[in-house]
Amino acid sequence: MTEPGMVIVGAGECGARAAFALREEGFAGPVTLIGAEPHLPYERPPLSKQGMAADRPGMTPIAGHDRFAQQGIRLVLGNQARAIDRAARTVELAEGERVPYHRLLLATGAVPRRLPAAAASRHAVTLRTHEDAERIAGHLSARARITIVGGGFIGLELAAAAIGRDCRVTVIEALPRLLARAVPAEIAERIADTHRARGVEILTAASIEAIRDVGEGVQVTLADGRAIAAELLVVGIGALPATDIAAEAGLVVDNGIRVDATLASSDPDIFAAGDCCSFPLALYGGRRVRLEAWRNAQEQGALAARNMLGAREAHSAVPWFWSDQYDLTLQIAGLCDEGATTVRRDLGGDAFILFHLAADGRLVAASGLGHGNAVARDIRLAEMLIARRAAPDPRKLAIPDVKLKSLLAA
Amino acid sequence: MADWIEACLVDDVDEEDVIRFDHEGRTFAIYRSPDGQFFATDGLCTHEKVHLADGLVMDDIIECPKHNGRFNYKTGAAKGAPVCVNLATYPVKVEAGTVFIGLD
Repeated sequence: MTEPGMVIVGAGECGARAAFALREEGFAGPVTLIGAEPHLPYERPPLSKQGMAADRPGMTPIAGHDRFAQQGIRLVLGNQARAIDRAARTVELAEGERVPYHRLLLATGAVPRRLPAAAASRHAVTLRTHEDAERIAGHLSARARITIVGGGFIGLELAAAAIGRDCRVTVIEALPRLLARAVPAEIAERIADTHRARGVEILTAASIEAIRDVGEGVQVTLADGRAIAAELLVVGIGALPATDIAAEAGLVVDNGIRVDATLASSDPDIFAAGDCCSFPLALYGGRRVRLEAWRNAQEQGALAARNMLGAREAHSAVPWFWSDQYDLTLQIAGLCDEGATTVRRDLGGDAFILFHLAADGRLVAASGLGHGNAVARDIRLAEMLIARRAAPDPRKLAIPDVKLKSLLAA
Repeated sequence: MADWIEACLVDDVDEEDVIRFDHEGRTFAIYRSPDGQFFATDGLCTHEKVHLADGLVMDDIIECPKHNGRFNYKTGAAKGAPVCVNLATYPVKVEAGTVFIGLD
């Protein structure tokens, strides 16, 4: 058996970033990165976006084999970590090998939430992996009918991509509006209008009665009796943290693997980061959250690496998220639901930003929507204001001519 | 020997800011540092080909608007994940209130 080193279970954005960060921090011992998928770690955000532009989506590896080799990172791919033996300090792989660890990072990600009504359909899919994307992209031929269950980000990005390939798209959402949990109503309405204008049929407050395969397609029947037929049904109703291996090892699980501000789990030698963990967000009084976001995966991967090496550094980043649909980009810094009041700033060309202020006037979040990267710079500045717990003058926030950078200096 | 191409006027760029400049099918970013000096780099981030002119300038750093990749715009140096490929930089000169960039 090899010398115990740093072992990372989960070779997505978070795990890969952690592996490189261990080397950047000067760790010279063994680093092993274990991934269930057979591929090099790859970028997931494109899967629901530009990845859908062709029948055969490309794959964007986070780094090539040469870079992992040069950094002395052992890649174990296409191999599931099956169990953690905390007493022996080993991770057991599906193929039988036991990998010893000094410290362990669980970056196991999330898995799509299943829709029981769709379980029996041969035409129902979810989107998480490259293979999922390949299957969906292969169906996006002109005039193909695609039904998407769930008006969240994955479903809406996919709807935009399918429209781009001239498909006929229906989105079925159980709640009264799209993106209900994620964004303010003002932004959700604008996004919904954009989809409708491009030809997407959006059915909100829609309750699914049954899903069954009919001929070479799949039919959704709604509670009001409407039937929606399609060649493909994509279920995008959220994701659940991948916690099986942690729970079986006796780690505390609470909407994800429960970690402290340093990302340590209930076992101080086992850390968790990214989509699979719930952590206290210092910015909002230690509110426990779980984030499914690319940048969070990166930041927490890097932070976990430092803390596996003993840094004991607390998480302090502001949550940040983006979505691309058609030529619109949404960016959000902070958690909008922390806000009590909203101030709107109109930028040029339809772009706007909503600043979310707490009752005490503190800026707690900013959400913006516009063409291309129209809102990016101001969202980034808002993020800095949020991190500083600033309470900027709401009148100044509303005036586009007042540069946010000047508020930062104040 | 560089060809000097007229890119913009000095007043087109605020201090500690950046604008986009397109020329013959190529796109560049023209920066004005906090102390008023001008610099030029390729206009697209080396990570996912996003226009850097939509990003944020803080001191010597340009931050990509999409994924917060950071570069030193004076040297082109990539400052860590997710960017690992440096940006090309170009010489700049200012004459009579006009900013020129030097292209080979």
